[in-house]
Amino acid sequence: MSLLSVRDLTVKFAMRDQTVTALDQISFDLGKGERLGIVGESGAGKSITGFSLMNLLSRPGFIDSGSIQFEGEEIAGLPDRKMRSIRGNRMAMIFQDPMVTLNPVLTIGQQMVETLQAHRRLSRADAEQIAIMKLREVYIPSPEERLAQYPHELSGGMRQRIIIAMALLLEPQLIIADEPTTALDVTIQADIMELLLELCTSNMVGLILITHDLGVVSQMTERTLVMYAGRIIEAGKTREIINDPQHPYTQGLINALPQQTLPGHRLKQIPGNMPGLAAIPTGCAFNPRCPYAVDHCRSTRPETVSYASVEVACHEVNRLHNTVLEDESA
Amino acid sequence: MKDLTAEVETQTILELRNVEKRFDLDKGFLETLKFKGGRFTREQRSVHAVNNVSLEVKRGEALCVVGESGCGKSTVARLVAGLLEPSAGEIHYDGQRIDNKSRGQLLDLRKKMQMIFQNPYASLNPRMTIQQALEEPVRYHNPGLSRGEVRAKVAEVMKSVGVDPSWSSRYPHEFSGGQRQRIAIARALTVDPEFIIADEPISALDVSIQAQVLNLMLEAKEERGLTYLFITHDLSVVEHFGTRVVVLYLGSVCELADTRTLFSNPKHPYTKALLSAVPQLKDDKPNHIRLKGEIPTPINLPPGCPFESRCASANARCREEKPRPIVQPDGAMVACHAVEEGRLSPEI
Amino acid sequence: MSSMVDTGEPTRLQRIWQSNMAYSFRRNPVAVVSLVIFLIIAVMSLLAPVIAPFDPYDPASIDIMNSEYPPAWVEGSEPEFILGTDDQGRDLWSTILYGTRLSLIIGLCAVGLQAFLGISIGLIAGYIGGRLDNILMRLADIQLSFSTLMVAIIFLAVTQAMFGSETFNQYAIFFLIAVIGVAEWPQYARTVRATVLAEKRKEYVDSARVLGFGAGRIMVRHILPNSLSPIFVISTVQVANAIISEASLSFLGLGMPPSQPSLGSLISSGFDYIFSGSWWITAIPGVVLVVLVLVINLLGDWMRDVLNPKLYKG
Repeated sequence: MSLLSVRDLTVKFAMRDQTVTALDQISFDLGKGERLGIVGESGAGKSITGFSLMNLLSRPGFIDSGSIQFEGEEIAGLPDRKMRSIRGNRMAMIFQDPMVTLNPVLTIGQQMVETLQAHRRLSRADAEQIAIMKLREVYIPSPEERLAQYPHELSGGMRQRIIIAMALLLEPQLIIADEPTTALDVTIQADIMELLLELCTSNMVGLILITHDLGVVSQMTERTLVMYAGRIIEAGKTREIINDPQHPYTQGLINALPQQTLPGHRLKQIPGNMPGLAAIPTGCAFNPRCPYAVDHCRSTRPETVSYASVEVACHEVNRLHNTVLEDESA
Repeated sequence: MKDLTAEVETQTILELRNVEKRFDLDKGFLETLKFKGGRFTREQRSVHAVNNVSLEVKRGEALCVVGESGCGKSTVARLVAGLLEPSAGEIHYDGQRIDNKSRGQLLDLRKKMQMIFQNPYASLNPRMTIQQALEEPVRYHNPGLSRGEVRAKVAEVMKSVGVDPSWSSRYPHEFSGGQRQRIAIARALTVDPEFIIADEPISALDVSIQAQVLNLMLEAKEERGLTYLFITHDLSVVEHFGTRVVVLYLGSVCELADTRTLFSNPKHPYTKALLSAVPQLKDDKPNHIRLKGEIPTPINLPPGCPFESRCASANARCREEKPRPIVQPDGAMVACHAVEEGRLSPEI
Repeated sequence: MSSMVDTGEPTRLQRIWQSNMAYSFRRNPVAVVSLVIFLIIAVMSLLAPVIAPFDPYDPASIDIMNSEYPPAWVEGSEPEFILGTDDQGRDLWSTILYGTRLSLIIGLCAVGLQAFLGISIGLIAGYIGGRLDNILMRLADIQLSFSTLMVAIIFLAVTQAMFGSETFNQYAIFFLIAVIGVAEWPQYARTVRATVLAEKRKEYVDSARVLGFGAGRIMVRHILPNSLSPIFVISTVQVANAIISEASLSFLGLGMPPSQPSLGSLISSGFDYIFSGSWWITAIPGVVLVVLVLVINLLGDWMRDVLNPKLYKG
């Protein structure tokens, strides 16, 4: 049985004059201890996916249809009271900005003990022992002293470590990390990512890593979903997607990276912009920016098909692949 | 004619000489009073954002300044742009000292030197239409131009950076980040500058849009012969865009080298750590150099090497004496005692 | 075919109608009702010379014999005078129309003066900063530590004594505008300074500086248009305050003379008769004053909610 199973999840936002679709029939599975990356640019719906899984969507967003099964239990539309026992307990979330998650007027210790006592019947001393243990796990020097400190007394990297320790407090089955290192520097980011990877593998915790950075996904995850305009357009093993992307958007995204071009030459850019949610093109959402688009792409939405060991939602993937092969042989 | 241009290319356009910038934390007399050990003392705390930085930008090149947050790279950009005044040192542009001039005296320089900002959501005035925003600098710097000439100039710039003329009557909030950055670049180019300071121009943008904006900047460089001072934290962009790179750490220059030299043969231990930390696409075994600790605060800096607290090769000399930049055989300038003494372990 | 026309660029009016502000306005019945009432009061009072059946400023049309007629719905009334008459025999309806007009004019002009002083001082203090900022803001503090009414009473009493009540009454409206205008500039100056300090840090200001623009141009063309939201919000509150200040001063006999009554002087003049049964001379202008101030404040509240940057992202 998979840890998390999402089927045809559709999330809509009730705007002033219309209702827009933010997530359009998202389906994916996550096995126990599996690490999944969700990649996309801003507006692709990757953060909304994370929020929906945690049942943290707030007005005007709502789950329109579809199901989210977590350890076999349906959690889409679960009342908040019941969801609270799952959230933080069996499922934890790490946000981009640690200052948002940490309460600035409480010490680290108070916050950790409070979280523990909210879910477990523990004495204060026992809770503190667990907190110290968890802080040690994330390599925080002298954890006993940290408990008495306030978030603003710590550096950004240290705070993000504490967030991770707090996420791990209740030994969750699944961690959803939404751009966990975007606010941090490269050298710190590398440390935090390594730590997260180590903790997930050693504790068999499932990880959903939401990021815009293909490099991070490539180092952290086993499988990847690529999102565009609220839809999953490509899914498969991370290696396969990075090395041999099938969807023109994924190809464009990877080719647009400066590493893919000789220094000083033009980058291979994707023309145009991500469409707004209110103006998603009919047919394939990517068609106005796609160099391979034909009439069919503009009228009909592509089904997800298996191709070269990945799942891809593109009408023209066969033709695309053939032309690429011809180019290479020529 | 050709020889002349060749000579121009190696000319120094911008020079920073021992530039320092401190921001006082305790403003006013009362705040400097501290109560310590039973008596009042006066103590002035200040953030040392930029310490004794000297560098040159050659005409036609793209000098990249890299470093992590708080390393003073944005302060360098703002000092050069004249938005801040250096606490010490001199800044020369085209052989002329610019850091002590008034706004009126610098008006001509403004046509030559322009800046592109990090956040396209804040760098355009939200209450001005695109047309107004683009026309304003042209009018201001060329008061003699007629209405038609101003419009022609704006139309020309819009065309060259791919700003759709139909955008002109709209306001910035109607555009995406990438489009706004394009407009901001167009605005900087309306005065026909020769030197552009770009302060993290693409870090607020999405990957596919980053490529568009970088390409646009490369095109502008080739077509208009621009010189860039490019501030960024993204090393892959540096490798692609820069001709030379300066690595800053806590406001001091660690290493200055040609891009190719720096990426193929980094020498300063900090540069090495920085390069190893960039997530790579193709290898899935992350193997980065772990730095101990974190960046110390730039308040009341230690007397020695700023990187000493996190450096694996640090010794007593590093703690006491600040290293001076020394030119290496391959042309790189490195400020490190360990490199100078050859005691840096080669495998890290 | 009609869809072809509709797809064109929206006109300015359409854009305003579709804007967030107009939308929240349409959705807020309190704001709509307040605006409607305010507009009715404003239009009627501005058209007072056209609408009013009598001219209260014309002594020839006043007959002392008509004094203290009650409103039309009370017994003993005279149908000619819908809201009755005051102690001097003036038609109360006409007098209220003229009085409201005076109150509104004084309120708006005084706020105009406050805004001019406050915005200029606030912009300069916020943008230039340093010692000048310190001096200007300490001045504002000193000004704020006197209550508006106290300053106004002293000033008006002194001028009244200096010029004699004849001259004073002639120019009372200007004195009132000046004193209310000058007394409350710090409200504007502080608000504007605070927004300027926030706006000054934004990159578009840096960008203007890099383009070499002068301080005056940056302040007026770039920072001021982006500081308008809080200015609008305090302006509504200030108009209401100024109307009340004017009414209070007139009530105390330091404002508009009884021959040219504003709402405040009307209330005051009727106050002597309230116990002799002629309640309407005080009560009706009082209700008008309360309604006027209330709707302006309600509009101000709505505007503050809409323009609050924390609630609404532009």
